[in-house]
Amino acid sequence: MNELIGLIFISLGLAFDVFGCLGLVRLPDVYNRLQAATKCVTLGTASILFGTFLIVGFTAAGFKAILCMLFLLLTSPVAAHAIARGAHRSGVKLWEKSVIDRYKEDKEGEA
Amino acid sequence: MKRKAVLFLVAFVVWCLLNWPPDWQHLLAGVFVAAFCAFMTGDLFVTRPHMLKHPLRYWHFLFSYLPRFFWECLKANVDVAWRVAHPRLPINPGIVKIKTSLKTDTALTFLANSITLTPGTLTVDIDKDKGVLYVHWIDVKDKDTKKATQIIAERFEKILRKIFE
Amino acid sequence: MKNEGKKIIRWLAGAVSLTAFLVLIVIRPLPFLFYQGLPHLGFLGRALYILLLGCFLALYRIARGPTGADRIVAIDILGIMIVGLCAVLTITTGRSWYLDIGIAWALQSFISTLAFSKYLEGRGFDE
Repeated sequence: MNELIGLIFISLGLAFDVFGCLGLVRLPDVYNRLQAATKCVTLGTASILFGTFLIVGFTAAGFKAILCMLFLLLTSPVAAHAIARGAHRSGVKLWEKSVIDRYKEDKEGEA
Repeated sequence: MKRKAVLFLVAFVVWCLLNWPPDWQHLLAGVFVAAFCAFMTGDLFVTRPHMLKHPLRYWHFLFSYLPRFFWECLKANVDVAWRVAHPRLPINPGIVKIKTSLKTDTALTFLANSITLTPGTLTVDIDKDKGVLYVHWIDVKDKDTKKATQIIAERFEKILRKIFE
Repeated sequence: MKNEGKKIIRWLAGAVSLTAFLVLIVIRPLPFLFYQGLPHLGFLGRALYILLLGCFLALYRIARGPTGADRIVAIDILGIMIVGLCAVLTITTGRSWYLDIGIAWALQSFISTLAFSKYLEGRGFDE
């Protein structure tokens, strides 16, 4: 029974991973790509690791999978935040159809 | 001293989980490694050790924050998958500004991480002195600061204030 | 109007090729490199190829990316995908040290991403 639930988690994670990478190819600028890729790939891989834990059980590999999942859920948003900030400060433009850019307005107001 | 004890416990538990099943050699090596880690970086990891004593905070974290977080996360994934697979790419991106009343570092970090993993939003920068977050939104519904705050941040702010402040 | 038509045609082409790849994998798994004889090998072997498809999409973005930030995003995502690949390999081969590789890769990928983004930030101030 555990194995069946684990396989369901793994297939869900696979679907999310593929959609995330598709978003990386299709969307128009850095920030949108970051959104799609970070969300989908993080939750997809976390769910693959959780499925691994369910299949393997309480063994060495199972505990390592749980640790890896926690680590991924904690660090991946931080990495995305750092890349977005660095890209904006180094002058990467938003997509030309974007609606508004409050961050740029505020930074120009201060300078 | 309290801070270093907390970090020692955390490091020792992680070491035990990495070296499962435990035997006495691994445990002995783990005591030394965890003590070294706690001695070197104890002051950076935990800044307010008296906050860790209240059981009510753990209760809120486990049964109020985590289910909310995973539900929003799942919604975010389905939303992004729908937008990516649509042939016309229905996106309407922009960077908006939202205000927050949270003050401590941990609470702000958790708020930023929750915003990043929930539907359509990504934190770009935090201005801690003014209490302002700049958020990239894939489908801008309102350019006004107050309404954007209501839509994006309010679901998490109430819960996080109970946990971290 | 013409542009719109072009977009729809490109979307159709991409969807058809992806579906053809997935159907090919499901019907007939490609030749195998791993230890055979464990349970679920059929499903998990196909899972490996689907993850490899995602990795190739990320590699396309690394090769084509117009700015440096695009490449850094793609490298970060590639690292996370490889952690998933290690998890699936753990089940198919039954060896737990693949997950050690996964944990180490996740740590190293996180730190290198932070370093790259610091580099991006500094370049803006120099120019």
